[in-house]
Amino acid sequence: MSAETRREKAAQIRQLLDTEGENVHADATHINEARYDATESFGEYEDLRTEAREIKEDAIERLPELIGRVTDAVEANGGQVYLADDAADANQYIEEVVGDADSLVKSKSMTTEEIDVNDSLEAAGVDVHETDLGEWVLQVADESPSHIVGPAMHKSREEIAALFNERFDPDEPFETAEELTAFARDWLGERIQDADVGMTGANFVLAESGSITLVTNEGNARKCAVAPDTHVAVAGVEKLIPSIRELQPFVELIARAATGQSIAQYVTTLSPPVETPTLDFDDPDTPLSEAGIGGGNGGGGSDDNDDREFHLVLLDNGRSAMREDDQLRETLYCIRCGACANSCANFQHVGGHAFGGETYTGGIATGWEAGVHSQDSAAEFNDLCTGCSRCVNACPVKIDIPWINEVVRDRINRGVGDASDASDTPEFDFLVEGLTPDEEPGGLTPRKRFFGNFSTLAKLGSATAPVSNWLAGTGPSRAVLERFLGIDRRRDLPKFERETLVEWFDARGGSRVSAADADREAVLYPDVYTNHVHTERGKAAVRVLEALGVAVRVPEVASSGRAPLSQGMLATAERHAHDAYADLAEHIDADRDVVVIEPSDLAMFAGEYEKFLPEKSAERLAESSYEVIEYAYGLLENGAERAALRPGDGERVAYHSHCQQRTLGLEAHSVAVLEDCGYDVLTSETECCGMAGSFGYKQEYYELSRDVGSDLEAQFTTDDARDRTVVASGTSCCEQLDALLERPSRHPVQLLDPTRDR
Amino acid sequence: MATETVATFESSLDELGVGMTRTDPEGFDDALAAIIDEPAVGVPLRIDGVSLDDVPVTVDPTTAQLESARTGVTPVGTAVATYGTLAIESSAAGDEPVSLFPECHVAVVREVDVVWGLDEAFARLDEEFDAGRDSVVFATGASATADMGEMVEGVHGPTAVHVVVIES
Repeated sequence: MSAETRREKAAQIRQLLDTEGENVHADATHINEARYDATESFGEYEDLRTEAREIKEDAIERLPELIGRVTDAVEANGGQVYLADDAADANQYIEEVVGDADSLVKSKSMTTEEIDVNDSLEAAGVDVHETDLGEWVLQVADESPSHIVGPAMHKSREEIAALFNERFDPDEPFETAEELTAFARDWLGERIQDADVGMTGANFVLAESGSITLVTNEGNARKCAVAPDTHVAVAGVEKLIPSIRELQPFVELIARAATGQSIAQYVTTLSPPVETPTLDFDDPDTPLSEAGIGGGNGGGGSDDNDDREFHLVLLDNGRSAMREDDQLRETLYCIRCGACANSCANFQHVGGHAFGGETYTGGIATGWEAGVHSQDSAAEFNDLCTGCSRCVNACPVKIDIPWINEVVRDRINRGVGDASDASDTPEFDFLVEGLTPDEEPGGLTPRKRFFGNFSTLAKLGSATAPVSNWLAGTGPSRAVLERFLGIDRRRDLPKFERETLVEWFDARGGSRVSAADADREAVLYPDVYTNHVHTERGKAAVRVLEALGVAVRVPEVASSGRAPLSQGMLATAERHAHDAYADLAEHIDADRDVVVIEPSDLAMFAGEYEKFLPEKSAERLAESSYEVIEYAYGLLENGAERAALRPGDGERVAYHSHCQQRTLGLEAHSVAVLEDCGYDVLTSETECCGMAGSFGYKQEYYELSRDVGSDLEAQFTTDDARDRTVVASGTSCCEQLDALLERPSRHPVQLLDPTRDR
Repeated sequence: MATETVATFESSLDELGVGMTRTDPEGFDDALAAIIDEPAVGVPLRIDGVSLDDVPVTVDPTTAQLESARTGVTPVGTAVATYGTLAIESSAAGDEPVSLFPECHVAVVREVDVVWGLDEAFARLDEEFDAGRDSVVFATGASATADMGEMVEGVHGPTAVHVVVIES
């Protein structure tokens, strides 16, 4: 990406922050909070997630069989099934079905957005009316959805009112949501009555009975499905599940995940062509029993419903290839609830139009776009995933969304390179030459190499400190870093310590608690930042562990691979994983615990290492690794002396946990230990600080990163918070907080350090 | 147990802003007449002891009557206490449009058909699907949208829902 491209991208993001950010922020954060409430109070949530995941895994595995079964079932019911290879194939079939119909009403369906069916039908002379109010607003405004579930989330009531007043010129201008909704109901109601064809998507397709399930809050999908006598349902093949017996977990999960409702207003399962009488509003005096289905007497009904037609269009469009792809396959388990978008701090601030691909937007969209459109489409917004992992627990079918994003990033690194782009051109590699001992192909951008090889940079930085710090801080150096690597000059760079943590530990003569006297022995993992930049928190961790009676070791250990992973440099990340495991395996064999300060590294050990290492190795490391305060919590629970730590004496602290630490469920340990030691703890309520590693350094994302951080800044500068000591668990969180607030931040272990000044 | 289930059902409906009336078959006609706004349309109730014969409800309406009706009366085969959900059929009698087009949907359910949770409702549904049933609408509260900037009820479906529970 050239400096100019970066500036353009920054300008686009700034514009979206100004125009759509506020509306998206209000809605996405509101829905996200409702999701937390709805899932926390729901005892079966985790079990149902597991069950839903298993059902999807099984269904995708058996997909060809399920396609065969649903075809038989729908045909037995009197309908047709068409398996469409791609968008053009689907549109051609739909055009044939629609024939000489004048008008068609649609309920919301991202799958029909994917094939651009509206354009295709309108070109064929059919009037297409979206009946979901959000979709209709976009149709009137000629815009694309910015959210899978709330397509017009980026528009305010005032903007919609202004749009409708201009477009429909009512006698009394629209103002309230009630007025707008009433108008929509009437206007669209007439279109539904007049329509020749109704088109819906399908949230689930039940193979055994040939049924489709539609999940909606408005009644429009039901009306589109039953009012006209021809019904076309368009669904990706991944929507198939075996039967109604597998439907329940999804009914319990989908609305909770999507909007925080316990159940959607309407969960409609139909096996079309339905027996419901067709409604002919041009023939107002025919009783329902005689309308359309012939011979029904109002009570018994009749199966002889010749007037009704049903077509189920099952869309492949790349899905079969996704099914064969070990990394993209789990994208097909997605039930399109949008929870990944709502839980994403970047999405909450800038919305789907910055995040969007051709059709899909938000967290899981990278997988969808790479699968159904192209890697190029995914590449446009893949950068906006910071890998913070907040979406992981939000996903009702447990899709590892950050991993999919890293995989696609890796493929983009390998496949896509813009030769006209200065910083994409290897000739500028001199900037990072020597810092790139990676496994990556030549097309990789220097910036990715720079961030991805941060551990090497850190070694060099420490070895040459303070000269390296002085150089990095000078105007000319920052200009070069900005020009060629896109590192924003407004962001402070880390300052390397001349003496690393490992060197300090050796120089002091190792552990002050001998292994012979200790119940437990721990290896403090010297992550790159702790070892080279924030050595103070490493020293505090050593002293805290010793105070709790632990014999400590701080050996040289390879970096975890987090830095290359977040650049999508998977081969390099994998090499780091092998090296780090090799360095730690002997300690694990000797029954030493691995204590980790940096939550993102612990998250690697607990999560991504299962992709890189043999299963047994990954399991052993994960089982032996602890976050430092989690470990202290365990020691205190097992009788270690609380009095050995520095008491809080009521010190007021404002604590921001780290995204990945929260995903791992470890925030509570830090709060509990601080409170037990007498600290008065206020915890942050924001989804993320907005820094997330290298993201906030990048010139085009600097302002977005700051905007995301503004929520945390606001909470930590209220009357109740502004005099509190700022505490955060992650390096990047501390960097962002230091940039946002006037007072410095520190790691909780530094508060508990017995040698800390009062 | 049944009392607890119906009490839970009532409080779930209350949270949804849905009213509930309990009556026995003898009191049904009066109770229903007090609830409905006319003109009203309906489908046969398929519940022993009660019918729409002696109430001001047009059974087997024309499309014009359906379009102008303010109330639609349908039976409900199963109701879910914990969610306040009503399982509506999609039948040839027109349960689907009658429950959907008028502003107010009045659902009639037997007390014994109010089940505790979705588990029980799905257990029934699984059996019924095995026996040939092929549709159900789980409807919970009025239709709603937040697409116009604020939550508004009654967008494409009913603005109000009322449930009549028939005690046995």
